[in-house]
Amino acid sequence: MSASYDLVVIGAGPAGLSAALTGSELGLRTLLLDEQARVGGQIYRNVDAVTPTAAQLLGADYLHGRTLAQRLANAQLDARCGALAWNIDRDLTVTVLHEGRTLQVRTSQVIAAAGAMERASPLPGWTLPGVMNAGAAQVALKSSGAVPSGRVVLAGAGPLLLLVAVQLLDAGANVAGLVETAPARNRWDALPHLPAALGAPSYLAKGMRMIRRLRRARVAWYREATSLRVDGTERAEALSFTAGGRSQKLAADVVLLHHGVVPNTQISRLLRAEHDWDTAQLAWRPRVDAFGETTHRGLRIAGDAASIAGALAAEASGALAALGAAQAIGRISEAQRDAKALPLLRQLATQMRIRPFLDALYRPPSWLLQPADETIVCRCEEVTAGRIREMARLGCQGPNQTKFFSRCGMGPCQGRMCGITVTQILAAELGRTPEEVGAYRIRAPLKPVPIAAIATLAAQGEEAVPEEAA
Amino acid sequence: MFKRIDLPPGETPPAVEISVDGRRVEARAGDTLATALLCAGVVPLRHTPVSGRPRSPLCLMGVCFDCLVEVDGMQNVQSCLVEVRDGMQVKLQLGARHVEATS
Repeated sequence: MSASYDLVVIGAGPAGLSAALTGSELGLRTLLLDEQARVGGQIYRNVDAVTPTAAQLLGADYLHGRTLAQRLANAQLDARCGALAWNIDRDLTVTVLHEGRTLQVRTSQVIAAAGAMERASPLPGWTLPGVMNAGAAQVALKSSGAVPSGRVVLAGAGPLLLLVAVQLLDAGANVAGLVETAPARNRWDALPHLPAALGAPSYLAKGMRMIRRLRRARVAWYREATSLRVDGTERAEALSFTAGGRSQKLAADVVLLHHGVVPNTQISRLLRAEHDWDTAQLAWRPRVDAFGETTHRGLRIAGDAASIAGALAAEASGALAALGAAQAIGRISEAQRDAKALPLLRQLATQMRIRPFLDALYRPPSWLLQPADETIVCRCEEVTAGRIREMARLGCQGPNQTKFFSRCGMGPCQGRMCGITVTQILAAELGRTPEEVGAYRIRAPLKPVPIAAIATLAAQGEEAVPEEAA
Repeated sequence: MFKRIDLPPGETPPAVEISVDGRRVEARAGDTLATALLCAGVVPLRHTPVSGRPRSPLCLMGVCFDCLVEVDGMQNVQSCLVEVRDGMQVKLQLGARHVEATS
């Protein structure tokens, strides 16, 4: 790693890979960082090392990631895995923990492509061992060719829930139930967006294939379920819920929850960039221009970390952000940037056609966004929804105050898991919008790091930025 | 809690041996530590510092911090973000962490 680069890209999923590749192809000295051991992010996790058998189960959409991994292998750029960017200063100096050493890298252009994370599904019993996010099961299949053992029940709403159910069936798992939570009115709300979605027929066809596969396997399938609860004392034993006016209980060894994915906004929050509440996706998203630039000059956000649109959209958005960076430092002209942007913008628009339909169809149910009082919302500090409401009644005006008084959001995950839930609970309780209530203030380190990592940085001082051959 | 899918001969990655609280656990090259532990049936993975309740990983993508373990003497490592290595020494974290005197 050198002491300075033209461009630093954080995250090596589709957006970050595309951004770094485009940047280096435009002649920018580019550093690509990812905290995982391999490139690919979550969607293309392990794509360069996956076994042929797992690759076949995961399908062509997953294997598309190989094109990016292969381009990286031939690219002129500095790519570092196992590298955690844990601070970005206002002047965009990036602090990185890599192989036990802390390094600082100067740049004027940062593209953060931190991707998405699964929306929390706070419901009674969701902290029990054996309860996982549905995406986690897919990650295990990608990284280890492993599937949940015993009876697997999937619950929630979203295309990924169906995809994971199909992949687990194909991989030989015992899918004991599929419990969809999307309310009936979602279908009416989605209807006006259907004509636009018909412009993306391949997505709709994929959806129909998944539904047919699940029907053929005669998976016990429930819709419009409410009052979900995971039963068990030391680990998950069953999923209880109400569907069709009747109480149901499905025995389960593993319960997989999923309610869509939301942007990971820790980096844009760290630099106090402006964010807006997305009323369709029910999540924060950083305010960015066509080239990903936030309200903090030089900080760009690409891919799902900016707005949920999927892997192919992320690839286009990463390239657009790199074009913006190259133009900002004078490597290409505005006219060159705009000419190169045209096909990417078209690609992005194609990918976005299906989104409003999916967002409406799989909008999470309101009961999930306003959990019952006894439900834990902050898994780290074990703070319940009731405690948040109590603090609102005592005068707390936002998540930073409830954090101060209850430690909610102060544990190791730093509010990633509870942030959106707490904002929505407070908004409802105080009768305000999520924007008025706000979000957690994020500070460095972006993830917990050993004190030694900070101490060695101080010892190095300003002058002695360590340098080594790339 | 997890099982391996059947692989034809020749596709199975080489075995890797790690130690979990002194017990020998077999994993496969390329596994993340978290999935290796799930495949070995290590449940729960930890007990929380607040209430001591059992937990196992939720997200496997670096977000939830419910997969924290001690790896080769380093506490609070997100086991979903590191790959297994032969001889890796893993300790499960039961309850709150502590600082050891070094004098």
